[in-house]
Amino acid sequence: MPVTAVSALGIDPFVTNLAILVLAGFVGYAVISKVPNTLHTPLMSGTNAIHGIVVLGGIIVLGLGVDLSALNKAILVLAIIFGTINVVGGFLVTDRMLDMFKSRPEPPKKDDGGEGQ
Amino acid sequence: MSTPLAGAFYQDGNFIAILYIVAFSLFIYGLSGLTGPRTAVRGNRIAAIGMALALVATFLIEGMGNWALIAVGLVVGTILGIPSARQVKMTAIPQMVALFNGVGGGAVALIAWAEFNDTGGYADEPLTFVIPSLFAAIVGSISFWGSNIAFGKLQEILPGRPIGAGRLQQPINLLLLIIAVAAAVAIAAGQTSGIYIAAVLIAAGLLGIFVVLPIGGADMPVVISLLNAFTGLSAAATGLALDNTALIVAGMIVGASGTILTRLMAEAMNRSIPSIVAGGFGGGAEVAGPGGGEGGTVRATSAADAAIQMAYARQVVIVPGYGMAVAQAQHTVRELADELEKRGVEVKYAIHPVAGRMPGHMNVLLAEADVPYEQLKEMDEINGDFPRTQVSLVIGANDVTNPAANTNPDSPIYGMPILNVNESESVIVLKRSMNPGFAGIENELYFDPKTSMLFGDAKDSVGDIVSELAAL
Repeated sequence: MPVTAVSALGIDPFVTNLAILVLAGFVGYAVISKVPNTLHTPLMSGTNAIHGIVVLGGIIVLGLGVDLSALNKAILVLAIIFGTINVVGGFLVTDRMLDMFKSRPEPPKKDDGGEGQ
Repeated sequence: MSTPLAGAFYQDGNFIAILYIVAFSLFIYGLSGLTGPRTAVRGNRIAAIGMALALVATFLIEGMGNWALIAVGLVVGTILGIPSARQVKMTAIPQMVALFNGVGGGAVALIAWAEFNDTGGYADEPLTFVIPSLFAAIVGSISFWGSNIAFGKLQEILPGRPIGAGRLQQPINLLLLIIAVAAAVAIAAGQTSGIYIAAVLIAAGLLGIFVVLPIGGADMPVVISLLNAFTGLSAAATGLALDNTALIVAGMIVGASGTILTRLMAEAMNRSIPSIVAGGFGGGAEVAGPGGGEGGTVRATSAADAAIQMAYARQVVIVPGYGMAVAQAQHTVRELADELEKRGVEVKYAIHPVAGRMPGHMNVLLAEADVPYEQLKEMDEINGDFPRTQVSLVIGANDVTNPAANTNPDSPIYGMPILNVNESESVIVLKRSMNPGFAGIENELYFDPKTSMLFGDAKDSVGDIVSELAAL
């Protein structure tokens, strides 16, 4: 077993995680601010899929659990089901939506051979 | 590497942590692709790869067991998730998102519950574990139940109108919040009885239900964004409790995204987030009466007249709203635009930020109907264009076109930025009946002499106009 890493200054890993949390908040804000209104629905369903990452939490607690009661196992399996629906459904539906936005630039030429190309 | 035991290098904690770093980098990189429609598909797929990587990294953790149960969860979740995502209609995206959001929050709350049970009520656990876990329990439970109510409203299982205890609502909600937090504090202070975690989860769940129930349909874009932010933050808290950086970063990004969207939506309605959460528009309905009461008559028109009016316009601006979604009229609208463009009419679409039931709802529907996104204009972009517009065609949009927002200080929506359709030369409004919109506010636009109304189902009406145009 690797020794729990404690820095020379005796900083708890929790505090390091807190630093990551704060930074991630700012990064998220910077990145998401640039998303245009047009894509707000896909943004929402895409980020929706990303928070499905809680499925990892369910897997870790269930996977590392020793002597889990039947109730706890049931709770965690349900949590994994929920998380998986969130991830799989979220990414798929976002992909479907974005695909519709993608095939845009062509139409003008074939529509009514008016002027232009 | 340093483990003398059986563990291979890939089971090393640091190796797994590095995989997580790669995974959350992919999330951020992928989401930054969403800044433009061209890069967005790839961005979403990159984020999905990040998710798959995070999952693989988790499987590598040393000492994992219960594989069969984990597999059951993953398989069942996949089986349930795929068909709903594949088959959902684009008009039903808001409720789908609400549902996915809810299950995410539910997973968070369930994990916290299991952690509580498994550690004998957090006995001997450090506060750095207990506090984030309890935070996740509260926020996850609010998000789960709130999202389900939002789903029910959007799916029209529940009435869309505000439901609530009126004046008692605020004290009740406050009491529920106090119960949830007090029970959580008691647990953190050493209580280990299951009653306390039940109190946390139930009080928070009821709070979620009672907060969303009184919110009217038109406020849904704000609610959905807010719940999205909540689920993200609860996921980040779970990450803190489990010392898992992938969860922390992913959760915070979602939290930031939901927060930004909530703020944008509230700004677009000129309302504060607390006032929206405190209850729907319901109360203000009566005040707005005068606009319609004294106003002149409403002029009804026919599809044939509407067709002629538009056929001879230089520019037509289409203003879609929730009514277009309900009638599934987006494809017919596209046909109408094609027909007009054939005649040399310039067609643009004016999209209000809160049109529909979630941020960007109209854009998705019109994209589904193959409307080039260059034709979709945001409010600030199009508002200067209305005076140069011969016909504004309002399809199932109401409050976002109500001039009372600019002119009537007594109106509940006074100050809300709107699409100034009343500045165009003429306005045609497609509407099912004269019933006011979700906000319950009379729209004086309908009594404007340059406005004519075409009553009926939006899809049928647009279809009629298209055939009239073709016959011209």
